[in-house]
This record gives sequence, C-alpha cells and structure tokens, in this order.
Amino acid sequence: MGGSGSRLSKELLAEYQDLTFLTKQEILLSMYVVSAPHLVDNEQQARSGNEHTGTPIAERANGSPLSARAHRRFCELLPQEQQSVEASLRAQVSFERILSLPELKANPFKERICRVFSTSPTRDRLSFEDFLDLLSVFSDTATPDIKSHYAFRIFDFDDDGTLNREDLSQLVNCLTGESEDTRLSASEMKQLIDNILEESDIDRDGTINLSEFQHVISRSPDFASSFKIVL
Amino acid sequence: MSESSASALPPGRPSRQPAVHPENLSLDSSCFSSPPVNFLQELPSYRSIARRRTTILSRDKQSGTLLKPTNSYSSQLKDGIAANLSSQSIREYALNISEKRRLRDIQETQMKYLSEWDQWKRYSSKSWKRFLEKAREMTTHLELWREDIRSIEGKFGTGIQSYFSFLRFLVLLNLIIFLIIFMLVLLPVLLTKYKITNSSFVLIPFKDTDIQCTVYPVSSSGLIYFYSYIIDLLSGTGFLEETSLFYGHYSIDGMKFQNFTYDLPLAYLLSTIAYLALSLLWIVKRSVEGFKINLIRSEEHFQSYCNKIFAGWDFCITNRSMADLKHSSLRYELRADLEEERIRQKIAERTSEETIRIYSLRLFLNCIVLAVLGACFYAIYVATVFSQEHMKKLSDLFQKIVITGWAWWLTPVIPALWEAEVGGSPGHEIRISLANTLGAYSPSYSGGLFCSRLLVTYFYGQTICWIGAFFSPLLPAIATLKFIIIFYVKEWSLLYTCRPSPRQFRASNSNFFFLLVLLIGLCLAIIPLTISMSSIPSSKACGPFTNFNTTWEVIPKTVNTFPSSLQSFIYGVTSEAFAVPFFMIICLIMFYFIALAGAHKRVVVQLREQLSLESRDKRYLIQKLTEAQRDTRN
Repeated sequence: MGGSGSRLSKELLAEYQDLTFLTKQEILLSMYVVSAPHLVDNEQQARSGNEHTGTPIAERANGSPLSARAHRRFCELLPQEQQSVEASLRAQVSFERILSLPELKANPFKERICRVFSTSPTRDRLSFEDFLDLLSVFSDTATPDIKSHYAFRIFDFDDDGTLNREDLSQLVNCLTGESEDTRLSASEMKQLIDNILEESDIDRDGTINLSEFQHVISRSPDFASSFKIVL
Repeated sequence: MSESSASALPPGRPSRQPAVHPENLSLDSSCFSSPPVNFLQELPSYRSIARRRTTILSRDKQSGTLLKPTNSYSSQLKDGIAANLSSQSIREYALNISEKRRLRDIQETQMKYLSEWDQWKRYSSKSWKRFLEKAREMTTHLELWREDIRSIEGKFGTGIQSYFSFLRFLVLLNLIIFLIIFMLVLLPVLLTKYKITNSSFVLIPFKDTDIQCTVYPVSSSGLIYFYSYIIDLLSGTGFLEETSLFYGHYSIDGMKFQNFTYDLPLAYLLSTIAYLALSLLWIVKRSVEGFKINLIRSEEHFQSYCNKIFAGWDFCITNRSMADLKHSSLRYELRADLEEERIRQKIAERTSEETIRIYSLRLFLNCIVLAVLGACFYAIYVATVFSQEHMKKLSDLFQKIVITGWAWWLTPVIPALWEAEVGGSPGHEIRISLANTLGAYSPSYSGGLFCSRLLVTYFYGQTICWIGAFFSPLLPAIATLKFIIIFYVKEWSLLYTCRPSPRQFRASNSNFFFLLVLLIGLCLAIIPLTISMSSIPSSKACGPFTNFNTTWEVIPKTVNTFPSSLQSFIYGVTSEAFAVPFFMIICLIMFYFIALAGAHKRVVVQLREQLSLESRDKRYLIQKLTEAQRDTRN
C-alpha cells in the first residue's frame, strides 16, 4: 500500500490544476512543504501516532522539491488505514504546524487565515486540500474577485458577514504590531475608522459589506501585489 | 430575540449572535431600537455571501433532482441548465476544493442534457483556455531573472521586488535599443567590412570642404605610457576614438548589395528615431496602470486610507525583522496621515490674516532659494568660461570642483528651507528627489542600498544613454552591461547583508514614481537631440551625414526619390492645411470625453445617494416588520 501511494497520480495532479490556480510545480512543492516537518524527528512522531503536534519545524532543506520521497514519508507516518493517497491527502494537520511555516510565521493574520480555510468541523485543523486552497487563493494567477472575497473573510474577525468598527479596529491593531505599546491611541483609532468608513461605506450603515469591500479593493492599486504568498 | 431567530439561521452556521453596535444606525434612526439581525440574515443579498451555502450550490440542490427529465420539462430544463453552466471556470468560484469537486461533477452530469453543439462549444472553450494557460506558463519561463526576483519577493516583500524588476526593465530596454541600432547600422557595416556578403562601400567624396578640415589627429604614435591605454579604455579617448564606438567611424554613404543600395545615413537617423519612439511607447505602456489608478484616486474619494489598511500588509514577508520594520513603517505612515489631516483641518479654520502672513513668508523663502540657485548657476558659468580661456589642463577638474561644491552645499540647505514653511507637512518623495537631483553630482552615497540618490544616478545615466546613443552607437550595450552588474551586486549585497533600507516603500507608488522620472528623463533627452538633428549643421569631416547640411535633411532627400503620388501624399499630410484641422478634431474628441466623464461622475454621485437612502429604508422596514411580528405574537 505504501509503494503505490508514493506519489501523487497524474490524474490527481491534473485535477488539482483544474480546481486551483496553482501550477504543477507549486502543487508538488506544497506537498513537500506540508510534509517537510516530518522529515526531522520522524521516529519520534511515528511513535506518537496520529497526533502531529509540538515538535519544532526544521528549516526547509535547500535543494529541489523531493515530492515523491516527502509524500512517501508523509504516508509512512500515518497509521495503516490512512496510507492510501486519498486518505493521506485528507489527513489533518494541526494549526501549530501550519502556523510555524516560514511563509506564515511572520504574518499577523495567520490565525485568521487558518481559521478561514479550515474545513474540519472543529475548525482547528487543516487538511492538505485546505492548504492547497490557501495557496491557490494567494497565488499570482488568482482572480482579484477570489482574492477580495477571501480577504473579506479573513478581515471579518467575528464572522458575521460584515466589517464593523470592532473588526476594523482589530485589523488596524494587527497591522501596527502585536504588543500593547504599538497600538494607536483611542482618538487616533476613531479618526482612522471614521475615515475608512467614509471612504468605503457607500450605503452609510456603519459597516462594510462584501460588495462595498470589493468595490474599494478594485480601486486599490496595491492589493493584487500584496495579497500574495510566494512558496 | 435569539431563540426565535435560531430557526431562521442557515444550517451549519456557528450559533453566535454578532453584536449590534449603536453606531450601525444613522442619527435619524436613533429613536428605533436595534434592528433584529435575523431579518438581515435572511435577505438574499446577505445569503449570497454566506459561508456554507452559495446561490450556486442552492441551485445545484434543485438540479440534483432533475437527473431524469420528462419530455414536457425538457425545454425549461435546457434554459435552466444553460443558465447554470456559466462560462466561469471552476476555479473562479469561492468554494473549497471538495465543494468545487461536487460542483464540477454536477456540471458534468448536466452537460449530457445539452445539445451536441453546446457540448462541443463548451469542450472547445475549455481546451482553448487550457492551451492559453500552458502558453502563458511557457512564456513566463522566458522571463529574465524570474527565479531571482521571485525569491527576493518571497523574502523581502514587494517594495524591494519592484526596485529589482525596475532594474530588469532597464536592462531589457537598453538591450532592445542596442539590438535596433545593431540591426540597422552595425550589422550591414560589419557584413561589408568583413566580406561576409558580396557588398561594397559607397563613398561619395565631399565637395566644397578643405581637405585640411578633415584631418583629425588621434594620439601621438610611438612610445606612450602603458597606463594611457587603461585611461583611454575608461574614458573613451585615444585608440577608442577610431573604433566603431563613435559616430565618426561611420563615414559611409551606403552599401551596395546585389539588388539595392543600403542607405546608411537614412538607417542611422531612422534607428535614432526608432529607439526614442520605442522607449517612449514602452515606458508609457508600463506606466498606464499607475497613471490610471492615480487619476482615479485624485478624482473621487481620496482612497489612501482604505488602500493602506486593506492592502497594507505585504503577505510575502517571511523575515521577522522585515515584519517588524513593516509594522513600524505602517504605524508611522498612519500616524503621519492622521496628523496631516488634523493639520489640514486646522488650516481650513485659519483666519485670513494668518493666511496672508504665511503666504508672504513662503514667497520670501522661495525667493531666497531661487537667488541661491541663480548664484550657483552663475558661478558655474563663470568657472566654465574662465577655465576654457585660461587653464586648459585643470579646466575639467576646476569645473567639477565648482559644481560638486555647490551641489554638496545646496543639498541639505534647500530641503531645510522648504521644510521650514509654517504648517508644512513632512516631505514626500517628489520633494526629496528634486533636492537629490541637484546633489546627483555628489560623490557620497549615504542611506543604504536603495536610497533615492542612487536611483537618481540611474535615471541620469539612462538619460545620458539616450542622448549619447546617437553619437556613440555602442553606448546602449555598455549601459546594458552596467545595469546587469548593478543588478547582481545589489542582489548579492541584499542577500548577504540582509539589511533592507529603513524606509519602506510601497510597490505601486515606487513603480509610478520610477516610470514618471524616467519619462521626464526621456523628454529631456529628446530636446537636445531634436535641436542637434534639425538645426545644428552636421560634421563635414566624418560621420554619415557629411553630404547633408543637417542630419534631418536625409528625410526630405529620400522622400524626393519616392514615386510622385506618394510624394504628394506625404507633402499633404505634413502640411499645415492638414495639421490644423487634425488638431482641431483631436481637441473636439478630447472635450467630448471630458464631458462624458463629468456626466458619469454625476451619475455615480446620484447612485451613491440612492444607495444610502435605500439602506435606511431597508432598516426602517425591518424595524416595522419586527414590531408587527411582536404585536401579532402578543
């Protein structure tokens, strides 16, 4: 079972290329990235079974993506019943592992990103396909519509479908820094949020809904180049 | 309120109730209690963005039961299916992968019920899209330095990446200019000189010039110091003056091939015009995006806050220190903008007496600046005249000392004078770069890898390259090599010192700024070239234009050799009788578009008003509904 599941089949690769904005190399590289943590300390993790938590991530090895070997390793670490290709692709990786990837480590929105893309019922784990979705939305070739849709969901901290003042102030706090002394003062925050709402809230209801957000983003020159993750 | 609305929530949603803030209401509706959220969530416009269900999937639910159609419904079905199968590709739906799979399977089963023609149409459009994608992927591999720039973007963000992609643009531009000159001028000369093709030079002897004028002593022959070769190599004098590096080498009037004579003077002039036109078109095309966005920005609501907040974080940043820098620069920028707005409000509240005082102070300071600049230029003029009259050897050095000295002193002083204006806001990039343009001669480069002084030297170098390519055809090749070396040096120093500049700049702003300054440089380069081509008589001793009075004369002489119908057409098009009506028509078209834009703007303003009114109506109606519901329950 392990031998036949050692690489992503051509059909599966083609399917992923159809369903996402990623190229073949990017899909294979993301396989490598997701399973690279397991290349270090793999005996310990094999002993610990299905729970892949806690161990620190090694720096990604320099060199070409070793997708086939990495995927085989990824499969070996899973219990027997999950070692087929499809099951391994649906295996869930916890947030700590994803959050310590170098692409997301320094990002102030990393928790929101993981939460938005997670499809598990408890919304605290990411499968490989969720990870592919994430990379697809953040790739160069994704349409601005898709990017603005997901950006709206990421910025909507309370998940109520609109960006209200609370969401915006949390957003600004994420941008200015994580510690207490980096925050803007209350009056500055109020002035800033008033300005944002004045610029983007067309129907003057005090919140920004998806279409207003997309309208603002379509005229923002920096959005396409900044809402991007390069693997 | 929350219990009765539980059933109204779409299934699968977390059962949190979002907080409703009093600021959600406008001041007019403050007499209403907060509108219940359940009605808002039932609205179709809200449901279209709900997470677990989209309108597409809800339509799929219906079509799932239609797998076995009966005859009477077949025509209805066809419309429904065709409407469902939009031409949007699967990946453009905002769903996760498993939902996209389901949608694709449903679409594929539905395809069976379409006619043959529709099926074939969809299949061919899909394969065409796939082919375009493959082609696009192939062409991206041909991009120069693609991997390097992507890895820089991944490590350091898009601000620094824009600097490197600008350097790449300069390399490509100079390379293409060199290729144009090579194909039109150098290649025929080389082919004939080294007898690769069966052609010979055509040399028309010059009349009415004294033979003595044509003698040009290059350098003393015999024993010369060895280092003079190196100095000659670096400064283009001495033995280099006779090579194909310079204009004077091409004292050829044509090349006689088998069937035709290749007119070298015409080719030389056309290559100049071609590379200037190409540079202009390429820079304008590249900057169209930036111009459009900046035009939109200044027209309607000034959008800088939304852009800074929603597109402020660069998701490419992976480095911890870069992230801290970005945080602090965002903080600084936001605070500076808020401060500026407060100042602007204060200015609006100024009394007229204060305004007069401030403007007179500004006028006085600007007069001082202009006086200092005038003194500087006069000193340079005096120095040049003096050096040309007296000290031949030290003249260059003296000139350089005077110019550099003035530039060195002026560069800190003038910004300080500008900043000292009362109520002046912190300097923006344009002001700093204008001050730096004066200091471009200054040899000290402080400020890290990407300071604006370095950038200004690139623009200056490129302007010189454009002017100089007419007089020295190999100059663009030298410029290409120079920019290639600069690219690698900058890349290695960035990767190994890992110390990006303390000033973060945004990709869109810097792109627009680079291209604008480059365009100004191109316009400045075109002016002396046109003057020298049209008014200044060309050299009679050497160069391709010895038989013409001015360089431009080649064109009328060539036109005279065309057939008479073509000649009269060209004369007609370039005459005043054509140009003036043409200009008037262009003006009319421009006025039409300006009027159209104004009309559109008015419509947009009206629509915005309408939208806010509708929103208030909606909230009012929901309020009434809730009250009515409560009354009937009671």
